Amino acid sequence: MSAETGIGASVLRKEDARFITGKGQYTDDISVFGQTHCVFVRSPHARAKINGINTDAAMAMDGVIRVFTGDELVEDGIGDLPCGWVVNSKDGTPMVSPPHPPIATSVVNYVGEPYAFVVAETLQAARDGAEAVEADFEILEAVVDTATASSSAQIHENAPNNQAYDWELGDREATDAAFAKADHVTTLDITNNRLIPNAIEPRAALGSYDAASSTYTLYTTSQNPHVERVVLALFVNVAPEANLRVISPDVGGGFGSKIFVYAEETAVIWASAKVGRPIKWRADRTESFLSDAHGRDHVTKAELALSSEGEMLGLRVKTIANMGAYLSTFSSSVPTYLYGTLMAGQYKTPAIYVETQAVFTNTAPVDAYRGAGRPEATYVVERIVETAARELNMDPVELRRKNFIPPDAFPYQTPVALEYDTGNYAASMGKALELADSDGYAARKAASETNGKLRGRGYSCYIEACGIAPSQLVISLGAGVGLFESAEVRVDVSGSVTVMTGSHSHGQGHETTFAQLVSDRLGIPFESVNVIHGDTGRSDYGLGTYGSRSIAVGGSAIDRALDKIIAKGKKIAAHMFETTEDQVEFAEGQFSYAGSNEPKPFAEIAGAAYIPAVYPLDELEPGLSEKAFYDPKNFTYPAGSYVCEVEIDPSTGVTEIEKFVAVDDFGNVINPMIVEGQVHGGLAQGIGQALLEHGIYDGDGNLSTGSYMDYAMPRATDLPDFEVDMTSTPCTHNPLGVKGCGEAGAIGSPAAVMNAITDALGVKDVPMPATPHTVWETIQQGA
Amino acid sequence: MEEQGEFVIPATPQEVWDALQKPDVLQECIDGCEEMTLTEEGTFACVVAIKVGPVKARFTGTVKIVDPHPPHSYFLDVSARGGGAGFGSGRAEVELQAVPEGTRLNYQVRGTIGGKLAQIGTRLFQSFSRKMTRTFFERFSQRWVR
Repeated sequence: MSAETGIGASVLRKEDARFITGKGQYTDDISVFGQTHCVFVRSPHARAKINGINTDAAMAMDGVIRVFTGDELVEDGIGDLPCGWVVNSKDGTPMVSPPHPPIATSVVNYVGEPYAFVVAETLQAARDGAEAVEADFEILEAVVDTATASSSAQIHENAPNNQAYDWELGDREATDAAFAKADHVTTLDITNNRLIPNAIEPRAALGSYDAASSTYTLYTTSQNPHVERVVLALFVNVAPEANLRVISPDVGGGFGSKIFVYAEETAVIWASAKVGRPIKWRADRTESFLSDAHGRDHVTKAELALSSEGEMLGLRVKTIANMGAYLSTFSSSVPTYLYGTLMAGQYKTPAIYVETQAVFTNTAPVDAYRGAGRPEATYVVERIVETAARELNMDPVELRRKNFIPPDAFPYQTPVALEYDTGNYAASMGKALELADSDGYAARKAASETNGKLRGRGYSCYIEACGIAPSQLVISLGAGVGLFESAEVRVDVSGSVTVMTGSHSHGQGHETTFAQLVSDRLGIPFESVNVIHGDTGRSDYGLGTYGSRSIAVGGSAIDRALDKIIAKGKKIAAHMFETTEDQVEFAEGQFSYAGSNEPKPFAEIAGAAYIPAVYPLDELEPGLSEKAFYDPKNFTYPAGSYVCEVEIDPSTGVTEIEKFVAVDDFGNVINPMIVEGQVHGGLAQGIGQALLEHGIYDGDGNLSTGSYMDYAMPRATDLPDFEVDMTSTPCTHNPLGVKGCGEAGAIGSPAAVMNAITDALGVKDVPMPATPHTVWETIQQGA
Repeated sequence: MEEQGEFVIPATPQEVWDALQKPDVLQECIDGCEEMTLTEEGTFACVVAIKVGPVKARFTGTVKIVDPHPPHSYFLDVSARGGGAGFGSGRAEVELQAVPEGTRLNYQVRGTIGGKLAQIGTRLFQSFSRKMTRTFFERFSQRWVR
């Protein structure tokens, strides 16, 4: 369409008008007649046997309607919360998935695990009721530490050594052979710090049961309402899928933590029928810290084999991944298929072998968090590549350039299962160096030294795999869901268009981006496209939003549906032109025929579709509405080059990020402003991980960082003015040539920051987060 | 959690020892203590209202004297529950020693806290417990200062 609103235009986001004026409708903003309130009673112990729960005092309190315990759900046939991806161990045995009742029955396994919930007339009454619930706990020894979990007290009866699985990927023998002939081996022991997601909007649920129709409606903060519905129906047994409607209205950030099916919405929707009234729950902030799925938490030993010229010959990685107390919805895939598969990075390393041991601890479940496995993989690869360069006295840029997969090598099969479709890594690197004023670095470093400061520079050349696919491959690897996306394009009689997408927006700006795509392809005004998402009652089955999949998979599905719309439009136009459909062209919003000088605008064809006067209805159905289900042929592979320059004050240990350059290749871009915003957000989270954020449990399994007093989020003053730019090698296998941009910043940035800090300090490693205290201690140890 | 310290009290070890066994003395010296009763020989029941950062609650608990060697040393086993605010338990080792100024009291505490107190108060709890201990001995010493 017009240059102002079509593909490639930085259109201001439609949704921001309501968000920035406080008119968004989030789950907690929705209230329904007769609504009650719910508070969960949570375990104060990391690991304990429940010998009894006394709810009498709570039941007797004013305003309390019902108090439920886990046993009541079990008696009613409510099932465990499932993990949707079965990962097999090296020996072929499937992973151990311990029983995970939504509401604990006989044991609690982390602080914050719910073991009862109180439904009351008011929130205050529910809170008072929850405080009056008494449980007789027999406290057991808690297991907290990732590295030693497998040699600690056994948490689950069916999980010896607290092990969920011991997985491998790659060719062990070929990798050993590569190490045998190496001139140099770089070894790195690193941890990837535990993070707590912290979406601005905490999780919430409002469940109601309509006895007249036997249907349930659940409003909840989900990134994928259809998946929520199928899990609640098929695994948790709340109700038949057809009798369950899940609506995710405006959702204020997810970052992965809202993909999963949690205890709270399960309890709320189930209990709404028992109580006979709607029930609302909304987490408070500490509840979110305790009960949202956490991210990362890896302990890794990595080894890189190189020739004396810096040729990367082999990579060996052994990781212990902390899964927390239970396997959350997609947790098993994160440190395996979304991690080990990325170990080639941007390099042609011929032999790679990855092992991941997943362990249970008495901590909150760990699952996907912005990047999900790929930030951890990038951290390993980019930290060890930089370390190797220093050990070989090579410029880290040169070492990378020497090992980049060259542009003419695509499609490129890595030794760790993936086939990259396209890329030009040296191009991104070149642009990043230019923006980072690489030539002026020596002078800046000297100036820092004059001022008693330490300056360092670090690089990170990440790759990620987005839009996880194709379904059949991924299902063969253990996934229990398809990975396609659905779209429905309904052309209205007047020619405006309503688009239903199965992907979900919780900050990504789908309502704008998808409208740009539709308006561009149909040649209709941007304003006449309405994008609907997040409601199982309005759109076909969809898989939601995670793994930067929305534009690559959801957008492609819309594109396919638009193909069908245009094809049908041509048929209708052919009748109007009295020709055949192959003679009709469609461009810039007009159907035209060489034999006519009166092209038909899109809206006219829409009208003709619904007022079917000109075409034979036995050949062509009336109406203009089409659906598409799009299943990608491959992942997409966004990649980029990040450069970070830091200045450290050795007297305080404070790190200032002086420069941060991000050059990303997202393929084609629909709305550059939105993409840049996504990069900014990702960078803030990645820099937060590197410098500030750390989820810490004490030895007894108490979450020490359960509020903003103890968990440091990045603030504007912690961040530099980012320099963001792009290169483009369009994706070769989806119709839009797009790759996805949601996670890139969080994936690429931690390694860049830590490479810069270790460069400034002249040390091999500093553990994340590099707080002033940690940096200062590192300096003191070296002095 | 671990903590240790010492205070010098202007009284003889026997006077200090005797005072430390009296519920009314303990109630007077523990900041926020609303009740302190001797339930049996060497065991006290107490109610203490505390405020640690954003956590404000009334804790009910027991204090038990273990292995007493009058007037030299004893252990205090403490456990307390504050409803929704959390819980704590621990053991304090107390030693009394005669010094020219009176009595030197050494204490060593090992304890754990849990619940809300631990989630939003760990960092604050350290300084809170130090302040509470200091207040206790300041008030306690005042008994002999005129």
